[in-house]
Amino acid sequence: MEEATTPIEPSDAPAAEAAEASPHAAHHHGPPTSFIRKYIFSVDHKVIGIQYLLLAIFAAFLGMFMSVLMRLNLTWPGRKWSLLGTIFPLGAPDGLMTPEFYLSLVTMHGTMMVFFVLTTAPQGGFGNYFLPIQVGAEDMAFPTLNMLSFWVTLVGLMVLVSAIFVEGSTILGNTDFVNNYLGGGGTGTIGPIGGWTGYPPLSALGKIAGPGQGAGATLWIISIAIFCVGSLLGALNFITTLLNMRTRGMSLMRMPLTCWSWFTTAILALLAFPVLLAAGVLLLLDRHAGTSFFLPAGMVLADNVLPNKGGSPILWQHLFWFFGHPEVYIAILPGMGATSHILSTFARKPVFGYRAMVFAMFAIGLLGFFVWGHHMFISGMDPRTSIAFSVLTLSIGVPSAIKTFNWLGTLWGAKIRFAVPMMFAIGFVSLFVAGGITGVVLGQTSLDLFLHDGYFVLAHFHLVMGVAAIFGMFAGVYFWFPKMFGRMMSERLGQLHFWPTFIGVYGIFVPMHIMGIVGMPRRYSSFAEYDFLRPVDSLVLLVTVAAIVTAAAQFIFLFNFFWSIFKGKKASGNPWEATTLEWVTPTTPPPHDNFAGHLPVVYRGPYEFAVPGAPEDYLLQTTPDAAAGNLAVAEQGATHGAQESSGNGHNGRH
Amino acid sequence: MVTTVVTKNSGTTATGTKGINLGGTGKRTGGNGSRGGPHPPNGGDDNYRASRDASPQQYRIGMWLALAAILMMFAALSSAYVFRSTRTQQNWQAFAVPLMLWVSTALILTSSATFEVARRALHRGEREVYRLWLIVSLLLGLGFLVSQLLAWRQLVGQGIYLATNPHSSFFYLLTGLHAVHLLGGIFGMSYLMLRAGRRSPKQGAGDKEAKQRASVDAIGLYWHFMDGLWVYLFALLFLWR
Repeated sequence: MEEATTPIEPSDAPAAEAAEASPHAAHHHGPPTSFIRKYIFSVDHKVIGIQYLLLAIFAAFLGMFMSVLMRLNLTWPGRKWSLLGTIFPLGAPDGLMTPEFYLSLVTMHGTMMVFFVLTTAPQGGFGNYFLPIQVGAEDMAFPTLNMLSFWVTLVGLMVLVSAIFVEGSTILGNTDFVNNYLGGGGTGTIGPIGGWTGYPPLSALGKIAGPGQGAGATLWIISIAIFCVGSLLGALNFITTLLNMRTRGMSLMRMPLTCWSWFTTAILALLAFPVLLAAGVLLLLDRHAGTSFFLPAGMVLADNVLPNKGGSPILWQHLFWFFGHPEVYIAILPGMGATSHILSTFARKPVFGYRAMVFAMFAIGLLGFFVWGHHMFISGMDPRTSIAFSVLTLSIGVPSAIKTFNWLGTLWGAKIRFAVPMMFAIGFVSLFVAGGITGVVLGQTSLDLFLHDGYFVLAHFHLVMGVAAIFGMFAGVYFWFPKMFGRMMSERLGQLHFWPTFIGVYGIFVPMHIMGIVGMPRRYSSFAEYDFLRPVDSLVLLVTVAAIVTAAAQFIFLFNFFWSIFKGKKASGNPWEATTLEWVTPTTPPPHDNFAGHLPVVYRGPYEFAVPGAPEDYLLQTTPDAAAGNLAVAEQGATHGAQESSGNGHNGRH
Repeated sequence: MVTTVVTKNSGTTATGTKGINLGGTGKRTGGNGSRGGPHPPNGGDDNYRASRDASPQQYRIGMWLALAAILMMFAALSSAYVFRSTRTQQNWQAFAVPLMLWVSTALILTSSATFEVARRALHRGEREVYRLWLIVSLLLGLGFLVSQLLAWRQLVGQGIYLATNPHSSFFYLLTGLHAVHLLGGIFGMSYLMLRAGRRSPKQGAGDKEAKQRASVDAIGLYWHFMDGLWVYLFALLFLWR
């Protein structure tokens, strides 16, 4: 029933009716039949969501593999890993990792994880799949743009991976194209070494700055620029869909909190990524066109004074972190949405303080645009400025605390069903608190001056934006898998995955706080020469063991995921007895247009669990009041059954 | 589990709420006339999507969002420009306005006006007038790009290149990025040209017409934005400092 979904002027209505009669009036997409249109170049948001998810899983395992390599080198510096020597003849000669190789691992791990895992899976993956279904739409607003956004992102990932192999490689690196247009290579097969933040001057100088900084760094910047474009297309689509394609009765305050989180995230992405794109263009010009946006005067490199004049490396930091801080929330907000959704479902209770959750999410997103300076306290900024940034940063603790207490309030007194999605959701809350609390420490200038660029910071952001967000994703995978593939994931394997992961990540990151306080700096390939760090040697070993255990546990997940797609227990349409629209689709997985031509009508808010008088302990959003048993109808002010179109529809009840 | 669906026949057309439905109150909340048969009398036909594809709102919202993103990009570059020209003044040598830029400014302002004439003509249903002014706007847009190119050549003739000094770097960067975005508008107008059939659409193709109006509105929005953006960049580059 589209006329209701998208308000059109009365004069258009007869015309629209007429158009329906004509078979050529619409260029809508029917279910595709060929394999390529169905699974490869699909415009179906569900297929695109799964594609994003698989891309993220691939990138996550690649990034995880790099982090294990880094741990190996930190724990056993000087040891030779012969396989590495074969793959990276100059980055790791004879299998001995060079410091530059370690730095390129740092760079690639960070870039891969932040962009291609934390930004793609929660938003591009689950958001794509479930936002249209949860608001009762049959697809995204612009399906073709949606397909484009995935393929653009995939190209970005391929370019990023190629950045590792381009320099000095006999296949990729010695071509005229690379030498003439990408800044040349020839220093050995190694990725860029500038870190995921790509600070100039290191990133702006070209291959003279070090191995991997020639063609590798160029490709790194290009990859991020491509990624920006893909994310922007996605964000535009998300917002339009949510504003314009909600089904009848789906008022904003009846949307599941997942939709709110994807919406907020899309707004952040829409406003933050263009800034990164602009910065990337400036950086490319500095590298290849001889401009001086980020390069100051008087730099001496290899006994030559560089001709640049008047640029400012700090300018990059401002532009980068203006994007970079909202990016943190782009990673974590969808996890918050999924957690709220799942906690409520398995606690069989409405989300505590639905409205407060929505406003807190928006507050976090909004404040996120005004705190970028806290990444730059040691850049020599005016102390008055840093106080302002500090106060704003600490104030983010307020909406964060609102969310945390509301999660606890949701759990309070509940008969919790401890299924695997619920365990990961509770794990999310735990990690969010553990990681967020150190944000309050780091937000204070005086403390940050000491802790900056050390393992304390490393532990902080890995817990809160890395692992917590990943737990949100795991919760989402276990929760929505039955809907996506029509089968259940193995509960037993899920438990086996959860416990080593949960204990493992604390084993990795809690000791890192201590190392940071002792004074261990980030991005060093080895601490063998620093005697003041001897007391934490055992902790370094502990972290590495925990990292290997955690990494190994992820293969349980990988097996469970792919095995369950084919061999899992058949799932019913609503295995978790949840309330929102993805659980009322006529088939599981949902048909091509989600609701087989009959868009659902929404009568109530998203989390109506344990409603007194209702026949079951939950009410689907599509349950009309008459079917809801002895509900206190007056409470809702409902005017159901009335034919008038201007009646007082009942608002969300929260 | 009761799943209630609305069918093509049972729902009424939402009346006249133009604009984004942001509130929980109003006409789209549940319960009006949807209690009839839970399933449509005839399955199989999903042509109901026609109306969604033509949703004029959708094009406008999409375009506003795209403009917000573009605006953020130029805001970031502007802040870099302001920072660079005031805080680290080393080597800052502003050059005089190349004369061709006045020509391009006149061209793009005019094309914005002619596009608006075309757009209004279409809304009145005067398709011939629409086509005419659309072609004029397109040619003026192309003329703008050519005159920008001439301005670049003028500067190159004076020995001012991209890397000569920060002001010239920003000049080439901002005009270049603006031109790239303007090309998008040119493509949009060319698309409209292809769609601007001479004949008035057949009876009953009002849906298609609404869609055409919506795309003209959206591309018009983009074109005016490009116009305004150029005026802003011109002021930033030559009048502000």
